Amino acid sequence: MNRRVFLKSGAMAMLSLGFAPSFLGRAAAAAGARRKLLVAIFQRGAVDGLNMIVPHGDADYYRLRPTIAIPRPGRDPMGSAIDLDGFFGLHPSMAPLKPLWDNQSLAVVHACGSPDNTRSHFDAQDYMESATPGVKATRDGWLNRYLQAADDSLGRRSPLRGVALARTMPRSLEGPAPALAIGSIEEFGVRGAAAAFQEQYEGSSDRLLGAAGSDAFAAMRTLQQAAGMPYRPAADVQYPNTAFGKALAEIARLAKADVGLEVAFTELGNWDHHVNEGAVTGQIANRLDEFSRGLAALAADLGDRLADTVIVTMSEFGRAAAENGNGGTDHGHGNAMMVIGGDVRGGVHGAWPGLSDAHRFEGRDLAVTTDFRDVFSEIVTAHMGVSRNALSRIFPGYHATTTPGVIRG
Amino acid sequence: MIRQRFTALLVAIALAASAAAAESRIPNSESRDDATLSHVLNRLTFGARPGDVDLVRSMGLAAWIDQQLRPARIDDHAAEAMLPPLEHPPDAADQQELRRFARRQVETLAAGKLLRAMYSERQLQEVLVDFWFNHFNVYAAKGRTAMYLPEYERDVIRPHVFDRFRDLLGADAKSPAMLFYLDNWMSAGPEQESGIRDQGSRALRRRRGRGLNENYGRELLELHTLGVDGGYTQKDVIEVARAFTGWTIDRDGRFRFVPALHDAGEKIVLGHTIKAGGGMDDGEQVLDIVASHPATAHHVAFELAQRLVADDPPPALVDRAAARFRDTKGDLREVVKTIVTSPEFLAPAARDAKFKTPFELVVSAVRTTGAAVSDARAFVQTLQQLGEPLYMCQPPTGYKDTADAWVSAGGLVTRMNFATRLASGTMPGVTLPADAPPAREIALKIGSPEFQRF
Repeated sequence: MNRRVFLKSGAMAMLSLGFAPSFLGRAAAAAGARRKLLVAIFQRGAVDGLNMIVPHGDADYYRLRPTIAIPRPGRDPMGSAIDLDGFFGLHPSMAPLKPLWDNQSLAVVHACGSPDNTRSHFDAQDYMESATPGVKATRDGWLNRYLQAADDSLGRRSPLRGVALARTMPRSLEGPAPALAIGSIEEFGVRGAAAAFQEQYEGSSDRLLGAAGSDAFAAMRTLQQAAGMPYRPAADVQYPNTAFGKALAEIARLAKADVGLEVAFTELGNWDHHVNEGAVTGQIANRLDEFSRGLAALAADLGDRLADTVIVTMSEFGRAAAENGNGGTDHGHGNAMMVIGGDVRGGVHGAWPGLSDAHRFEGRDLAVTTDFRDVFSEIVTAHMGVSRNALSRIFPGYHATTTPGVIRG
Repeated sequence: MIRQRFTALLVAIALAASAAAAESRIPNSESRDDATLSHVLNRLTFGARPGDVDLVRSMGLAAWIDQQLRPARIDDHAAEAMLPPLEHPPDAADQQELRRFARRQVETLAAGKLLRAMYSERQLQEVLVDFWFNHFNVYAAKGRTAMYLPEYERDVIRPHVFDRFRDLLGADAKSPAMLFYLDNWMSAGPEQESGIRDQGSRALRRRRGRGLNENYGRELLELHTLGVDGGYTQKDVIEVARAFTGWTIDRDGRFRFVPALHDAGEKIVLGHTIKAGGGMDDGEQVLDIVASHPATAHHVAFELAQRLVADDPPPALVDRAAARFRDTKGDLREVVKTIVTSPEFLAPAARDAKFKTPFELVVSAVRTTGAAVSDARAFVQTLQQLGEPLYMCQPPTGYKDTADAWVSAGGLVTRMNFATRLASGTMPGVTLPADAPPAREIALKIGSPEFQRF
């Protein structure tokens, strides 16, 4: 369905439902400009960044991981790292992402993470999603603050600007700007007494529930008109047949439906491999396989919209540089983030601190040389177009000192 | 069985002594109005059934609370009889068969948990079982955890919710479910530190663990006891993990201490020295240290007040509950009693301050309609859609019970659809009462903003 048809049929449907046409006008106007899209993907449970983006040029990596290291490129017929730049390589399960690397659409920021040294999953996720490490009182998430800041400057109002494909609202999108968390588009519709429910929520004196319910009904109407059912991804694109794969397909579907999507979020858990992490095969290999096939499918499905999209991956902290007594890894510090998109500057970014005893954080973990907020900041300014002045609203108390250079200027 | 009955008897005797004190704390004027009675019922049960307010009024609020604090005295055979029977685990070590078994096991257990919450007369006990299970969360889809789940909730959590915290913690530390879920069963000290070098021990080390695993040590401090701001360091995490090396699971799926896996050296935990050579007692000493730590008293008091009073519980109440924890050596019945008989709990500000978790929503919906549920599996699916599949919370934090975690546009839509489906009378295994109001009326009540709160 092209946009003109959507506008026409959408407008008629909404008018017939007595929906405020002023809302439609704003949404359509906002959809007129080519929107920039940010897709944030959280690897919950602390992915082992050293086995994901393998520092195969660092001899200490092999010394610290006698049984779970990923072999140097070409060194093992059973599988080895896929070389990127002579020093770093991808885990072999990440082969689906190699074409993105080859055409300069994949950037990695290694030794990246939080200035806070917590090794608590809960706190570290909270700090990364609020983007205020060490400050627990922050009420909203950084993606919601992006929506707040961009709303002021650009007057955008679509109810579908920020969408999490998740059963519960992620911390990153929590906050006063309207945002949605939905399991899937199909499930997102009220059966039965929809109008009476809508009245209850829109007229409710309960501010929290009234607002969330009103957002739901506004978004539902837009979605039902815009997102054609059932969804067919672009030719030859195959998402993993998993909850994660389905969530990514829904993101592509929303992006293509021109409903005003600016920020999408989803997540993939189960990275907490304290036992039998595996190496080129095993638990982490299986997880990275699903993860990489999903990202590659999303990039391919977005097609020419990838030019306006940045996909960023994150995880709360890295894992200890040395393997533990059970063929796994305990909680660590620095990690790797990936940035994929049309205006991404391909390459491995960030200073590599090395894994020698003297250079490890607290004597055990990969040190952090790039604050994760440097990456976020660059994306919201260079890609999403937020002014430098508005940056302090999105990242309170933080002044980016370096620009990792993941976005082409 | 005999021991359980004996424990129940002891508990009953011990508590009879302190009954009068609690009753006198609630002023009569406050205990009579309907708003107060339904508030208390909503918080201390999974929702008021038709007639419950009258029942509590005729019994007297204080007497009713006191009864709920002593579940052993409440006959609960009717609810017990409704629980679906559990299968025996398969003998074969076939991984696929094991996975299929685990899936069925989790569904049966989840249906049982829902039925108990709907129909048990020991409502406060079941509210607290849900609370403590989340506090000591395990994830059924991790390896053999599902096999250990029935005994985990039945023998570790439920009998101890009104016990001393140290007893609950100790039972939990030795439970195969927790030992497996947080990997402690595989954690081992360095070989030269165990002092045991026979061949059998070496073979065991090869099979089990070659070294230390910090997973349980960290979560014990962060989640189970002190809390994340409780003042421990990475060094403490390692020392605690060393103390628990050798706490493992035997071939019959029972707790066992294996000296060959234990790090026999000295440990220093939170400033306390645990002398070398303590063996299994090292772990017990750690549990003593953390259970009696003031940060633990505060952490437990805060979490209970958050469940029972408000997402941001009044600090003065948390302090009093923490003081009660310290004064009674962690008597959880006394801590709960302090909270639920407090002026803060009974104050109008506390009413409707909480947002129901999906579990609380579906159970309260059944209770308020008076529906008869013979098979709760349809609700098991609803909870998956709402993001709270029972026994399937992967991170050790468990499910949150605060509004920020559960209020979302998508979640509200799923709640409205659940309300419509329940009211339609078409959910398999669910029968609405013959004199129930029209479906639309029921749906609009259960899906309303007001009903999401309690």
